[in-house]
Amino acid sequence: MSVNETLATYSNYLVYGAMAAYTVAMIAFAWSLASMRGRDLVPAAAAASASSGGGVAVATKADVTVGGPDDGALAPGRRSGNIGMSTMWFGTVLLFGGVLLRGLSVQRAPWGNMCEFSMTSALGVAVVFLAISLKRDVRWMGIFVVLPVLLALGASMTFLYTDAAQLVPALKSYWLVIHVSAAVICGGAFCIGAALTVLFLVADSGERRAVAGESYRLDWLARRLPESAKLDAMAYRVHAFMFPLWTFAIVAGAIWAENAWGRYWGWDPKETWAFITWVAYAAYLHARATVGWKGRKAAIVALVAFGCFLFNYFGVNMLITGLHSYAGV
Amino acid sequence: MTDVRADMPRPDGGGEGSGDDRVDDVQKMSTAPSQVDDASAVVGIGVVGWLRWAWRTLTSMRTALILLFLLAVASSVGSFFPQRGSNPIRVTDYIANDPKGKLLDRFGIFDVFASPWFAAIYLLLFVSLAGCVLPRSRQHWRAVRSRPPSAPRNLTRLPEHRVIDAPEDTAPQSTLDSAETWLRGARWRVDTTTYDGRTGSVAAEKGYSRETGNLLFHVALLGMLLAIAYGSLYGFKGTVIVREGSSFADSRSQFDSFNPGAAFDPESLPPFSFTLNAFHADYQRGGAQNGAAREFSADVTVVRAPGATPTKQTIQVNDPLVIGGVKAFLVGHGYAPTITIKDATGAVVFHDSVVFLPQDGNFTSTGVVKAPDTVPQIGLQGIFLPTTSIDPVTGPTSTFPAPDFPEVFIGAFVGDLGLDAGRPQSVYKLDTSKMTRIGKEQLAAGQVWELPGGHGTVTLDGYVQWASFSVARDPGKELALLAALVAISGLSLSLLVRRRRIWVRVSTDDMGVTVVEVAGLTRSEHTSVAEEVDELAGSLGTTVSRTTASLDV
Ligand code: HEM
Repeated sequence: MSVNETLATYSNYLVYGAMAAYTVAMIAFAWSLASMRGRDLVPAAAAASASSGGGVAVATKADVTVGGPDDGALAPGRRSGNIGMSTMWFGTVLLFGGVLLRGLSVQRAPWGNMCEFSMTSALGVAVVFLAISLKRDVRWMGIFVVLPVLLALGASMTFLYTDAAQLVPALKSYWLVIHVSAAVICGGAFCIGAALTVLFLVADSGERRAVAGESYRLDWLARRLPESAKLDAMAYRVHAFMFPLWTFAIVAGAIWAENAWGRYWGWDPKETWAFITWVAYAAYLHARATVGWKGRKAAIVALVAFGCFLFNYFGVNMLITGLHSYAGV
Repeated sequence: MTDVRADMPRPDGGGEGSGDDRVDDVQKMSTAPSQVDDASAVVGIGVVGWLRWAWRTLTSMRTALILLFLLAVASSVGSFFPQRGSNPIRVTDYIANDPKGKLLDRFGIFDVFASPWFAAIYLLLFVSLAGCVLPRSRQHWRAVRSRPPSAPRNLTRLPEHRVIDAPEDTAPQSTLDSAETWLRGARWRVDTTTYDGRTGSVAAEKGYSRETGNLLFHVALLGMLLAIAYGSLYGFKGTVIVREGSSFADSRSQFDSFNPGAAFDPESLPPFSFTLNAFHADYQRGGAQNGAAREFSADVTVVRAPGATPTKQTIQVNDPLVIGGVKAFLVGHGYAPTITIKDATGAVVFHDSVVFLPQDGNFTSTGVVKAPDTVPQIGLQGIFLPTTSIDPVTGPTSTFPAPDFPEVFIGAFVGDLGLDAGRPQSVYKLDTSKMTRIGKEQLAAGQVWELPGGHGTVTLDGYVQWASFSVARDPGKELALLAALVAISGLSLSLLVRRRRIWVRVSTDDMGVTVVEVAGLTRSEHTSVAEEVDELAGSLGTTVSRTTASLDV
């Protein structure tokens, strides 16, 4: 089976096109964030809770008010946010085409090496973000999503770049398709989970300092973010949704390893770090249910877990040799 | 954060400062152990007290958290240092070249995953898990069979609260009845207290499978550990190299290396055999990945049991030979030059294809030949190059893995091979301590080398390929897979199902005014029951007051 060079070339053009679109989206999102009107960081709740202490007999009519960016239809920064979302969709369609053509050019799933894996992961991040955007307004986090997407694509097209080619025999298995597609979606969501977690930490610091009356260097950002509790809950949802899928990705990998190498688990560095990542995310879920760990500490555990995921992705492929070190990096 | 939630005791028992025990009790929706340090409360009760303290500490979630961290850190060590199990040669090199090597080895750094301290961490973790999960299962079993907890005194303090104006002529009891009907229709578990003239209420709960899933997941982890242990006790793993034209019979003595589990029964090896007819390899030509493997396959003739009809089959990398629970995987390949040695009298003292081991990606391969049945004994050290080129620095090296231009470079020795000393010798090493080197030569297929000093001749007849197979059986793997699937299902239930409670209360005060309230609660802060409370409220009448602490995420 040979490589269809024409398709491979068009694939590259589409990926460059996607990068251009994402760059426009990035500028638009940045503009949108900058022109947003910030919220008051001292929560209304802090003031209100003082009065609700002694068993209020008559229910107060306190309809949910979510401060921050997503009320008010004509809020400043709205239009540039919309431009960001549209170019994000456009870029993602291009990227999807690029990944598809790359796969067609070699007639296999387009994730045989790190170049292709990064490309597909970038698509994963974008798709997870756009999927979330269908259900709620997430323009405010666009910039924090489009940045890692651009970084992954940049890496894929430069120092990770590998010409389209056939696979080494160990990678020829439909379990590769199942295992890696699950891992790619997880990668996308872990990335978004990590972005939300960092934003939670910023918003949380902002709110704490505001209550304490201290100044905060990232105050301008904290003001433009939703409440920390909301960010925390969103981050948790993304992680909680992803953890079973990550478990599944590992199990699919084990089944594939059993088929290819005769053992389902061999503590190969890649396997070891997938396990470490899994344990770290499990620790995050536990931390959230443990007094003294919830909140900021749990958030840090989530970031450490994401660090493990990234290390497995870059560190293990490049620094450690094992069965998973693919041909052409 | 909105007001109601801010001063509520946390559902998981973190309870700071609320005086209303009922609410606290009602909020506990999982069997998760209370985190208030009950561990420290028992100090000073002697040995039993200490033991109980130790057990409580071990089975607390905080300990589990710390053990999880330790497990992650310990396994990362295993990824940074070469491991004996997967890479014994690199371990030997490491110990030989690094002065710290021996010390590290003492601490099991090269066998992390089989070391006592690694086992200690995961065994503690799993004892902790068992100690936590078993009592929780009992508790949950009781919870599932008991009634939903009755309504707290003060419903207004719950995160969701509605006051409803029921249609004029509705009797209090019929409001309760319709609430019950609605809830049962939506598959809630319901418990109704009849209206006694002053008050009556309905308590309902849904989403027990969250906790069931959580317990199932943790139990499945225990099951997986047992499956892994079972597999490594009763299974085995061996490797064998087979040359084209040669056979392998599945018995212990035929393996090049064999690692049985502690309880492995040699009788359990199915008596199959196979012959390697031909091995095919295909490589990328040109481009950045020139020489990368694209296709391996081994054509074999299999005899499944003594006396069975031989069948032809192909073994490929992702497609092993499977016989009676044993699988033979194609894991490697190489070349075996066919060499004939004649001694000074012209008698053939050696004729065979000799397995040479590949040293690099282009299959520059090395091997030795020993001809003991002649005086003096003859030994050869050789390099086989599938595509020969002579590098000015490194000498003879292969530049492509396929046999485009195969040649051997041979050094010949005569003297004593040292085979009679009774010490086992590697077939890949020549002990030249009692031998003299008599010359070297470069041979292509068919060429004959007259050994200097009239010691005879060496002929390269050609070459065959060899394939290496990993033959293994892991009787625990189906169990492990089952446990993994249960774990994933349990997890999905535990993370996606919401556990929630709803109460409806009708109360009539001294003035004869009847108030209908609907209130709801979820355990986890990332979900809400607002929608369900609203729907139920809507079915009972018009909502006149609405309080919600939902985060609307
Ligand atoms: C060693 C003892 C362990 C104990 C005592 C323990 C205890 C618990 C408890 C009480 C919960 C429920 C938390 C809640 O109700 O919110 C929980 C949840 C969970 N545990 Fe464990 N666990 C242990 C080990 C493990 C291990 C080894 C893993 C996997 C690596 C694990 C993964 C999880 C996950 C993913 C959840 C779900 C968290 C959630 O519902 O948000 N646990 N564990």
